[in-house]
Amino acid sequence: MSRTLSFITAGLMVFAVGPVVAADVVDDRLAAYQAEGAGPFDAARGEAMWTRNFTHPKADKPRSCASCHTDNLKSSGKHARTGKAIDPMAPSVNAERLTEVKKIEKWFVRNCKWTMGRECTAQEKGDFLSYLRLQ
Amino acid sequence: MNRTLSVLALAATVSLASGAAMADDDYGTSRRGPDVAPVKHALYRDECGSCHFAYQPGLLPAQSWRKLMGSLEDHFGENAELDEATRQELLDLLVANAAENSETRRSAKILRSVGKESPMRITEVPYIRRKHDEIPARLIRGNPDVRSLSNCAACHTRADSGSFAEREIDIPGIGRWDD
Repeated sequence: MSRTLSFITAGLMVFAVGPVVAADVVDDRLAAYQAEGAGPFDAARGEAMWTRNFTHPKADKPRSCASCHTDNLKSSGKHARTGKAIDPMAPSVNAERLTEVKKIEKWFVRNCKWTMGRECTAQEKGDFLSYLRLQ
Repeated sequence: MNRTLSVLALAATVSLASGAAMADDDYGTSRRGPDVAPVKHALYRDECGSCHFAYQPGLLPAQSWRKLMGSLEDHFGENAELDEATRQELLDLLVANAAENSETRRSAKILRSVGKESPMRITEVPYIRRKHDEIPARLIRGNPDVRSLSNCAACHTRADSGSFAEREIDIPGIGRWDD
């Protein structure tokens, strides 16, 4: 009996650990942004930011997140310059997304600068992660 | 600690690469070994290979890599900034395996052709340009599946393993290429 039970318990724990760990990374980010004075965060504002066109001072046409990632977060994107395929952004179809703090912050720096010509604020990053984690 | 670690990592990478060159396994190529040493370094493949083909370090001289890695915030118009530890580790890898530190035949030809120059682009290396100058623009720039000479792997089917043999070329929409 106890053997069966511990199998079940172990199974449940494995099941529980996956999503909880992934959520923690985002929760930690949101807490860090709050510590910088941002919040509360709004997924709807994050969604609006995804498709908004920005005029980058050095670009000849408007840029948005969708320029490379397309407006469907569940589909693959394509690097605007090189054409290289980009895996989907939505965690529901790409379990690797939002699991690494270093990657999240690296791509925020690069892609906010590419898209808008400046870094994103803590508020913008929080709104954006709040939207993306639901996809 | 970090320094020791990256030296160790480098040594491992170099020995791996030369092992592949001699072994004629599925990652090496002909009897003569690959054209340029393949790059297996996971950090390099991840950081440099997420936006473009993970160009092998042996495709440019060390000084070119130093210039490139010193201007990542404007990487041909794109932002490719890295944290300093990552940047340094990748620069060390690139320099240790740059054309002058690689013994493969194409690296030797690349090095000879650049002379004292250190071009910022692999596509500006005279040897590389010469090897592609007979190919009409419509097959590269005008080809939606290629777009640029910098897109090595679009036509060189084994580019990722450091092999650029003519018999392995498959131009999208065209097929084999014989010059």
